[in-house]
Amino acid sequence: MKVKAKVKKGAVVVKLLAKHPMETGRRKGKDGKLIPGHYITELEGVHNGERVFQAELGPAVSKDPYLAFSFTGGNTGDTLTMSWLDNTGETKSTDVAIR
Amino acid sequence: MKTSRRQFLVRFAQTASLFAAAINFPRIVWASWNTKAFTAENLNGAIAESYGDLPIIDSDALKLKAPSIAENGAVVPISVKTDLPVTNISVFVEKNPSPLACRFNIQPRMTANVSARIRMGETSNLIVLAEADGKLYRTSQEIKVTIGGCGG
Repeated sequence: MKVKAKVKKGAVVVKLLAKHPMETGRRKGKDGKLIPGHYITELEGVHNGERVFQAELGPAVSKDPYLAFSFTGGNTGDTLTMSWLDNTGETKSTDVAIR
Repeated sequence: MKTSRRQFLVRFAQTASLFAAAINFPRIVWASWNTKAFTAENLNGAIAESYGDLPIIDSDALKLKAPSIAENGAVVPISVKTDLPVTNISVFVEKNPSPLACRFNIQPRMTANVSARIRMGETSNLIVLAEADGKLYRTSQEIKVTIGGCGG
């Protein structure tokens, strides 16, 4: 997951790109069979032990989801942890230092 | 003190479950993904599964930024912003096979200003609902799609 977090006008602006196929489960492969759905269902951000972002995603979110949000109370040098969970139970976390 | 087999087994099970709990204890507690809302096949169903029958008010205070023509339906950038004290924001694409695209649950320190890229199968209305004080605020926009994003 690529995450950029930057302090801007008193808030931390976060932009992230999660690498994920986001298969909808409605697409057919070359063999004519449906490709099983494989998509991120939840994405969270934690700063100082407190949740600062939470989103539920569906298969209608584009491949390699891009999301942006902002939160208050973060400072340069702090760590922000972004994590996702997909429909197969796989998870991934990325730590990033706020700039 | 002599431990009977039964006691030993009970204690073993207790200790084992404690260990299991400690190992599995999630650093993050995943919220429950609203399966019914995300799999609903029409707009009204998706809204009902997300919000029940909360009253809906059209509002200018909910600002949606999206292209009026999306060349590629696979990647439609949208952003939503509001000064209303909203607790969550949901994005629906009326004509998608499952209309609910994503839902942001606004956390105490999070500002109600989010962006995402979504898929649109065909030209459709994009509907954004945000919940505040037991009411739903709605804004919508038609997005024309030249190439669909849901096909193969």
